[in-house]
Amino acid sequence: MKKVALNAAGLLVALFAAFPVYWMVATSLKPNREIFSATPRPVPAKPTLEHYREILTGNLIPGVTFADFFLNSALVAVATVLLSGLVALLAATAVARFRFRLRTTFLILLLVVQMIPLEALVIPLFLMIQRLGLYNTLPSLILTYLGFSLPFAVWMLRGFVAAVPKELEEAAAIDGASRAQTFRKVLFPLVAPGLVATSIFSFITAWNELIFALTFISDQHKYTLPVAMTFFFGRDDTAWGSVMAASTLFTLPVIVFFLLVQRRMVSGLVAGAVKG
Amino acid sequence: MSLLTKSPGEAAARETPARRRRRVDRLPYLLLLPCLAIIAVLLLWPLGQVVMMSFYKLDSVRQLRGDREWPWIGLGNYAQILGDPFFRTVLRNTVLFAAANVALTMILGTLVGLLLNRLGRKMATFVASCVMLAWATPALTGTIVWKWIFDDTSGLVTWLFNKLPDGLSSTLFGRSDWTGYGWFNDPLLFFAILTLVVVWHSFPFIAVSVLAGLKSVPSELQEAARVDGAGPWRVFWSVTFPMLRPVFGILVVLSTIWDFKVFTQQFVLAGGTQDRSTFMLSIYSYAEAFSPPPKYGLGSAIAVILTLILLVVTALYVRMVLRQEDES
Repeated sequence: MKKVALNAAGLLVALFAAFPVYWMVATSLKPNREIFSATPRPVPAKPTLEHYREILTGNLIPGVTFADFFLNSALVAVATVLLSGLVALLAATAVARFRFRLRTTFLILLLVVQMIPLEALVIPLFLMIQRLGLYNTLPSLILTYLGFSLPFAVWMLRGFVAAVPKELEEAAAIDGASRAQTFRKVLFPLVAPGLVATSIFSFITAWNELIFALTFISDQHKYTLPVAMTFFFGRDDTAWGSVMAASTLFTLPVIVFFLLVQRRMVSGLVAGAVKG
Repeated sequence: MSLLTKSPGEAAARETPARRRRRVDRLPYLLLLPCLAIIAVLLLWPLGQVVMMSFYKLDSVRQLRGDREWPWIGLGNYAQILGDPFFRTVLRNTVLFAAANVALTMILGTLVGLLLNRLGRKMATFVASCVMLAWATPALTGTIVWKWIFDDTSGLVTWLFNKLPDGLSSTLFGRSDWTGYGWFNDPLLFFAILTLVVVWHSFPFIAVSVLAGLKSVPSELQEAARVDGAGPWRVFWSVTFPMLRPVFGILVVLSTIWDFKVFTQQFVLAGGTQDRSTFMLSIYSYAEAFSPPPKYGLGSAIAVILTLILLVVTALYVRMVLRQEDES
C-alpha cells in the first residue's frame, strides 16, 4: 500500500517535471488544426514536420532564416568553450598541483566572483563594449561569456586535475620528461574527460544567455538564438507551432549535453558539502 | 613557454619532485595569469565601474562612448531611487518573490529528494530522468512553453478551466468562459505563474543534491529511528536534517542568490519590460538603463543595491564552503 503511494507520488513528480518538455515537442509536431482545436490532443494525431520546415527555410527577415541564428549561437558558444577551456586548464593545474602563497586567496576569489550578479554587470560591460568598439559584434558576446563561464570552469576542473595521481607525473619527471611534456603527455590525456564535462557547462552558459545578447547586438542578422526567439517568437505571437519547433531545436542540444554531465554539476556547485 | 621547457636531462638531474615543490616556484602564478586577467577585466573591473557609474548622470550612449561629459551628481541617483515609492514596491516584490520561491523550491526539492531515495531502483531512475529534463531545459524555452500552456485561447490551462462545470467555475471565480482570459494581466497571478516556472526550473537541483546527500550518510540511523517508532516527520527533523545541515545551508543560500535576480523568466513571461507593475530589482535596473530614454546612471544605482543585498548572502555562502573545505 505504502509502496503504491510512493510510486504514485513518483509518477506525479515525473509528470510535473517532464510534461512541459513533452508538450513542447508534441506541439511542434502537430498541424495547426490540432494546435488550435477546441479540445487539445495529448498526442499528435497526424504528426508533421511542417513547422520545422517553415522555420528552417522561411525568411524571418530578408535573407535570414532560423538556421543563421543557430549558427551565430553555435559560433559564440564554441569560441567561448575553447577559450575558457584552455585558460581554465592552466589555472586548475596551478591550484591542484602547486602549493603557493596566494592559493587560498585565489580559491576564495573564484567563489566570490561566481556570486557576482551578472545582471548587475550589463551596464558597465555595455560601456566597455562601446569603448572597445565591439558593440554589435559577436566577439563582444564571446568575451562576456568567457568571463562568466571561467570561474566555474576552473572550480570544476581543479577537481579533475587533483584526481590524477601525482605519482604519474613524478614518474614521468624522473624518467626525464620536461614539465611541458609531462603536462601534454601525462596530465592532459587523463584530464581530458573532465575538460569535456567542463566545456559542456561553458557551452550551456553561452548558448542559453539572453540579456547580454539582447543588449550588445543590434543588427538582426547577428542575433543569437535566444534573442531571435524573444524577438520573433516571444511577442504576442500565436504561431505556436513554429515557436515550439524553434524551442525544441534550441533545447535539444542543451538537454543532450546536460544529461551527459549533470553528475559533475552537483558536485561542482555544492563542492565539499556532499561527500560521495 | 620558455619557463616550461627545460632540457629533460637537467630536470631529472637536479630536481627531484620533492625539491621542486620546496623552492619558490613562479610557474603556478604564470599558469594563473590569464585566468586572473580575465576575471579582473571582465568581472571585477565592471563591478567597480557600475559603482562609479551610479554617481553620474548618464543619459545617452554618446556619454558612454566618451563623446560627451559625465556630470557627477554624487548620491543623486540613490536619493532619487530611495525617495521613489515605486522603488519600495519593487524591493517588496523582489524580497517576497525570492522568499516564496526559495521556500517552495526547498520544500518541493527536499520532498522529491527524499522520495527518490525511497523509490525502487527502476522507478527512481525514471523519475530522476524526468526531473533532469526540467533542470536541463533552458530558462528561455522552459518559460516559452509555460507561456503556451497558459495561452488565453488554445492553452491547456484555459481549456482545463473551461472544462470546469459552469456553476462551480462561476461561484469560485465569477466567470465560466475562460477563453481570452489574460492570465498574465493581474500582477498577483503573474507572480504566481512566474513562481511556478522558476520552481519548476530549480527544484531538480535541490532534489538531486539532497539525494546525493542522503546517499552519503549511513541509512542505518534512519532505519533505527523508524524501528523505534518515529514517524517520517520526526525521522526527518531529528535524524536526516541534522546530518545534512551543511548541504541544506548551501542550497538555501544558492537558491536565495538565484531567485533574487531572476531575469530571463520574467522578461519572457512579461514579453519585455513594458509592464512596470511586476518589476523586480534586476529587470528594473535593466529597464531604467536600456529602455528609452536611457538612464545608465540610475540603472547602475539599482544594480549596486541589488549587488549589496546579494553580497551579504554571498558572504554567508563563502563562509560555509570554506568551513566544509577545512573539515574535509
